[in-house]
Order: sequence, then structure tokens, then C-alpha cells
Amino acid sequence: MGNTLRKFNQVKQSLLEERARHYDEAKTVIQVGSATCENAAGAEDVRAEFEKLLKASGRDDILIRQTGCTGRCSQEPIVGVFVPNQFPFKYEKMTVAKVQDIFQQHVLGGQPVVELILDKKTSILYSRVVTFSSLSTVSTGLPSKWAPIFQERLKAQGLPVDTIRAFTGGCLGLYPAGEEGDRVGMMVFPEKVIYAFSTEQELDQIIQSHFIENKTFESLLVKVDPLINRFFSLYGDVAFFNKQTRLTLRNSGIIDPESLADYIANDGFEALAMVLSKNDPQYVIEEISRSGLRGRGGGGYPTGRKWQDATTSPDPERYVVCNADEGDPGAYMDRSTLEGDPYSIIHGMALGAFAIGARQGYLYVRAEYPLAIKRLENAIAQCREANLLGTNILDSGFDFDLEIRLGAGAFVCGEETALMYSIEGKRGQPRLRPPYPTQSGLWGHPTVINNVETWANVPVIIQHGADWFARIGTESSKGTKVFALAGKIKNSGLVEVPMGTTLKEIIYHIGGGVPEGRSLKAVQTGGPSGGCLPASMIHTPVDYESLQQAGSIMGSGGMIVLDDQDCMVAVSKFFLEFTQDESCGKCVPCREGTLRMLEILRRITDGRGVMEDLDKLERLGRLIQKTSLCGLGQTAPNPVLSALKNFREEFEVHIREKRCPTQKCSQLIKYEINPDKCTGCTLCARRCPVGCISGTARQPHVIDQERCIKCGECFNVCKFDAVNKR
Amino acid sequence: MTNQSTLHPDVVAFIEECLGREHPESFLMAVLHKVQDYYGFLSQAHMYEVAQRLQVPTSTVSGVSTFYHFFRLKPRGKYAISVCLGTACFVKGADNILEAFKTELGIELGETTKDGLYSLENTRCLGVCGLAPVVTINDKVFSQVTPQQVPEILNRVLSQDTEKTAPTPA
Repeated sequence: MGNTLRKFNQVKQSLLEERARHYDEAKTVIQVGSATCENAAGAEDVRAEFEKLLKASGRDDILIRQTGCTGRCSQEPIVGVFVPNQFPFKYEKMTVAKVQDIFQQHVLGGQPVVELILDKKTSILYSRVVTFSSLSTVSTGLPSKWAPIFQERLKAQGLPVDTIRAFTGGCLGLYPAGEEGDRVGMMVFPEKVIYAFSTEQELDQIIQSHFIENKTFESLLVKVDPLINRFFSLYGDVAFFNKQTRLTLRNSGIIDPESLADYIANDGFEALAMVLSKNDPQYVIEEISRSGLRGRGGGGYPTGRKWQDATTSPDPERYVVCNADEGDPGAYMDRSTLEGDPYSIIHGMALGAFAIGARQGYLYVRAEYPLAIKRLENAIAQCREANLLGTNILDSGFDFDLEIRLGAGAFVCGEETALMYSIEGKRGQPRLRPPYPTQSGLWGHPTVINNVETWANVPVIIQHGADWFARIGTESSKGTKVFALAGKIKNSGLVEVPMGTTLKEIIYHIGGGVPEGRSLKAVQTGGPSGGCLPASMIHTPVDYESLQQAGSIMGSGGMIVLDDQDCMVAVSKFFLEFTQDESCGKCVPCREGTLRMLEILRRITDGRGVMEDLDKLERLGRLIQKTSLCGLGQTAPNPVLSALKNFREEFEVHIREKRCPTQKCSQLIKYEINPDKCTGCTLCARRCPVGCISGTARQPHVIDQERCIKCGECFNVCKFDAVNKR
Repeated sequence: MTNQSTLHPDVVAFIEECLGREHPESFLMAVLHKVQDYYGFLSQAHMYEVAQRLQVPTSTVSGVSTFYHFFRLKPRGKYAISVCLGTACFVKGADNILEAFKTELGIELGETTKDGLYSLENTRCLGVCGLAPVVTINDKVFSQVTPQQVPEILNRVLSQDTEKTAPTPA
């Protein structure tokens, strides 16, 4: 079996040599984000402009590279300028106009353009950035006191406090929880070293050595885990990233998603080579079982157990499937992973296939994700060429290949039995389980289906070990979870945190809270299958059990923040409209039940609701949960039921007072003309599509409430603020 | 089988390729995607020919093409306007944007303007929630759209079009 490792090293060597021909650490690198979101924000134009300027400059010691999305969505496009021996600078919200400045001043001149730096709130160019973080995988609260003490000490030493930025970071994940004692991690940029200390004396020693004598203080230095460090060494100075723990997204924003060599240079396929040389499938299953990895698609079924289940069947023809049918509206973790690091998914699937004895795998991807599909196709082709897919992989005798199958916009195909029918070319309608796919899946053969995030975790676990992985997270939920933070949030984007992190930490510490001075009203997790948690439950930790107890679910990772301007009735209706529309129609409770619920909700938002409707909604909801055939129907009532539980009074106001407190339900809005302000300009009367505004010129006008269709045109066009909306 | 194919030779070649592989019938959706790429929608004639060539019942082709939202059974306008109605876009007012397009174009969701220039569709999340609300017109993405911008967006699309008419249907 030594052949396999030798073969892998050959493959690795030749890829790295090829990479070295055009990539050189000694060169200045301009790294431009390239993903659906980056491109939508204009990244392609930005890159083209850099290329134009680079060509005109005639310099051959500067490289332009692409990378996937880092997850800092609201600041995109993001460009990194990495000059050797300089701080890795990242610029936000790039435009073609800004490219000129950055290219002249920074790339050619070596002077960063301070005002354009990502997440920079001041005009100061810091010489050093220092973050105080928990050394373990849970935040202890200890680090937060050190930033001010550190600044005081600097001041006492007469050091320039203004140019050294200090803030509290997240968890470094270097030790099992509790083992770090009262020690705190201190990461210093641009040197990218981490110290561990617990007393003020030790902090003084670090300051003396590192900040005054410019020497690393060896005795308190921590040997950092390479995985987390790699991301942090490029992005750790940015608070948004520093508070995260990146396992699934470890390569997003670092590697070129179209370069296998880049993935290989970042430990890619090491785990597969190791496992194939060991030639012990059971070892892989045991590692995954011991790691405590659970399905990241929302169900949370233990991955190791699923794999084990598939091996118990006597049928030798088995399949692995990646569920990349990310249909939950408001979630895009999988898109970003596929676009930013497709190799990790292939790698994870190859490991899974080896473990269960499958020779063929399928990637079921949404047709709505063209860039992800393109990158996967490219990655599969490169892997085949490098003998990492195909027959006799790395001379080990193991055969495995992958095929991409496109979805076609059916949400229900995220359900595993429906997904399998769709791969078989049929209508994606779920069937009863058991038999589970691990017993009878694709074409009747045992099939393991995991989602993108689950597969992406597999190589990390095999490479670093189950024990290492199991340190991260909580007792029953191990590892990290990626959330797509969106809605009324300042820093919308992708956030990967250890399980057990509270909603509050995610929303406020990483997400920056609710913008425009509004207040948090609710957090919606789990999309159309999840629930709305009120602001009072913000201390809930994110793990499978806690979220379920609180009345929501982990789901696949959508996290929508709602503020005081959002109507919970309208939001419930939105989700139900979605599931109703996506119901496949096979079983009656889901097909008819969700429609009846939707009719009731429409009645309420149209001002025709009665109080009994609320009980009806609850009764119907529980019935649908209990009697539907598949997960779609069983969870479809969740958003409505959780909103009813937590925001009942809002439903009651809609019914009793025929009023929408947030003015979102258009049929409950009343437009009236204030006669004191109305000048009789006749504009509203001329614009009203139904002609229900009457009055003579220069006299106050009146809206006929009976005929008004609440379109809001009068409110929008009035130049005198005379139309009241309530 | 008839020699007079109504399908593009590439599609025919793709079907031939699928027939040589394991579980050829499982490529039905892939074939339909390809047909739609070429023609913009799935016509009766094309679906019938796909059934013939791929050797699957016409009822199956019809069942699959009507089950999945992504497959269109009617021709689309030259400019396909798609308003994202995902959660993030919804809470940021995507419904108002959809209304604005309806008013401006005088059509309902799923319809095409009489001149064949615009069709109005919705999509459930493009996964660019950080830029919500989002509208796509063909492949171009418009981010953080407001209802007020709608007429301007339509003007911009038309001003970049030199012909300003829809292509005559093939």
C-alpha cells in the first residue's frame, strides 16, 4: 500500500510544480473575489480593470488571482492586495473607479489606500492588530477584559496606542473546552503569532519583548493549528472573521476554486491518500462516528451511523449522493461552498464512497446555481486527470467517479427520497420511509445521501482526527455550523461558528446588530421548515436540541433577522405561500391542509379574519405535522405555529382591530388625506388608478374608502405630505 | 424513427450519448434542460421527439416537464425579468418591486408582454441574499433594487438593445 502514498506524492509534486510556474509567494498578489454574489456586486469588471492596468504597467512580478466568496456579502466585491512582507490588506465595495487608486498607490506604490480597507472605521493605518480570543472552542467571556488592560499597559510603556488596534475575537479552538484554564489567546498581526497568557505580568512580558524589543516571546508562544491559522493569517485582523471558526469554509477566500493545485497546496486530498494507503473502510466510518458529525442539512442524523447502515446491506452496488439542492429561500451556504471550494466536496464524497464501498457518486445541484455547476464540472475533470477520481485511484485499486445531475426548481427534491427519484429522471415526489435510502436508494441500491456542508466536513475530520473535531461544539452537537445571515442585519453574510454559540453572539458580535437604529424583533432559522424566535430568546445556543426546544430548528442554515418593521403575520404567510406552492401534491394533508391554512392567513391579512381562525390554524397545523408523508409537509406549519405561539397578539390585532401594526399588510392600511395639509393640487386624483379621490382644484381632496384599492400611489406622489397612512 | 428532426443536432447527439450510458432514462431532465437552453422553452413537438428518441413514455416527459418549475412550456420574452422572492428579498420589500414591474409592464407574473420583449417571472432565492432585494434580467443581476428604480432599469435594458424588438419566433 506504500504505492498509494508514493503515487499521491507524485501527483502532488507535479501539481505543485505546475502551480509554482505561475504562482510565486515572492510576488505581489491581487486577489479578486469570484462567486455569484461577488459578480453580482461587480467583481468581474473590477478584475478586468486590474488586468488592464497590470498589462499597461508591464510588470511581471504581480499576479492576479481569483478566490471564492469569503462570506462578507454586504461589503462585496472584496479585493485583497498581498504585498510580500506587508500586512494582507483587503478592500471592500470595490468599483472600477477605486481600482485605479489601489493599483497606483498600493500595488505599485506600496502604500495602502486606508479609507477603502475592509471594515475599517477610522482613517488610522494600524501598525499592529491584536485580538484577544478564547483558546478553546467555547467563548469564556475571559478575553473581553484584556483589550482595555492591554491598551493601558501600552500607554504606561509610552507606546503609540493609536496605531495598535486591540479587540476581542472569538474562539481559536486549540484546546478542549476547560483545558485552557484561565489562559487567553492573543493573536498579533501582521506577525500572525499567538500567545497564551493568564496574568498581567505575562502580558507585560509579551509587550516588553514583542512590542518594544520586536522579538517573539517564545515561552508563551502557542503552536497554532494549521487549519484555522491559514484563514486567520489572511483575514484574522477583521473582526467579522475573527469571531468565527472556519472548518467548512476553511478554503473559501483562500484558494482559487478552479485550481486543483491550490487545493492540494492547502492539504487537499491528504486524507484520501492516507485512507487509501491504510485500506480500512471501517476506520473511516469509526472516525466519522466518533467525531459526532451530524447531518448539516437540518435533520441532524449521525453521519457515521448512516454510513454504517449502508454497509449492512448484502447488496454490493452502492451509491453516495451529495444533496446540493439548496432550496431554502434565504440560505446560500452551499452555493458559496460549492463555488469557493468544490474540491472539498469531491474529497469528502470519495472518502465516504471508500468507506461504504460505493463506486459511483452523484451531485444533485440546483439548476439555479450555474457558477457552482461550472466549478464542479471543472473540479471533477481536473480530479479525473490527476487520478483522484476514476479507476484505480492512486494505484489503490479503488474506483470511484462522480456525475452531476441538475435539479429543476422543485424545493421538495431536497427531501432525500424525492431527490433520488429526480436523479432517476422522474417526478420528484417523496415516498414513505422505511425503507431508508441506506437500504434501498437509487435504483434500489443502498445509498448514502449527505448535504454539501456535511461532505465538506469529512476530509477535515479524517485529516485531523475525530478527537480534534469532537472538541469543537457542544456535548451533543459537534463541530461548527455555517449560517447565512440575512435580512435586517448590518453585516449580512456567511458566518461559521462552533455549535453552542448563542444567537446573540451571531447577530450582535458578528452580524453587527440591526441597522438604522431599529430593534430586533425575531430571528427566523430553518427557513420554511423552521420557526421564528422572539428577541427575548436571543440567548438560545445554536445546536440541534436547543433550537428545537425553543420552537425552531437548526435547518440547513438560513438565519433571517427581522426588525420591528416586519409583520409576523406577513412573514408566516410568506413561508406558507412558499411551502404551499412547493407541495408536490402527493399526500392530502400537505396539499390541501397547507392551502386551507394559507386561505385563513390571507383572510386575516385582508381584514376578514375572525378569532376562531387562530385555533383553526393551530389545529390544522398540528394535523399536517402529524399526518404528512414527508419532511416538507411535516414541517410546513412550523413558521406559522411558532409565530402564533410567540406573537399571538399581533395576529389578534389584525383580526380584532383590522390593523397591521407594521403597515405591511396592504389591505389593512388606510390612506386618508389631511385637509390641513392638502393644497388641492389634484396630483393624487389624477394618479389614482381607480379614480376614488375626489375634490376640486385648490380644495382639500377626499379618498373614497369603499373604492380604495390601497395601492399607495397617492401616498407616494403627494408633494405636501398630506396623505396619511395608518 | 423519422429523419426529420425538429431538435437541434447537438441535442440529438446528446440523447444518443445518453442512450449509450447506464440508466439512459435517468437523463431525461438533463435532455430537457438542453432543449430549453436551445429554444427557451419546451414545445409539444420537442417533448414528443425527446420521448421518441430517449425511449421514455410521452406521459413521463409531460409529467416531468410540468412537475419542475424550471421548465417552461411557453416561449419567454426577449428579456426575462426575474424578481427574487426569497426570504431575505421578501423582508427587504421584494413584493413591492414585483408590483412595480407589473404596473410598469402591464402584465402579471408568468406572462409575457404582447411585443414579446419582456416576461415577468419570480425566483425563490438566487443565494445572493447579502445584496437583497435582487432582480435578474437574463443573466444580469441588479442588486438592492427599489421600486422607484424599476422604470429606469427597464429603460437601461432597452437603451442597450439596438433592435428594440423581439426576435421573430423560429
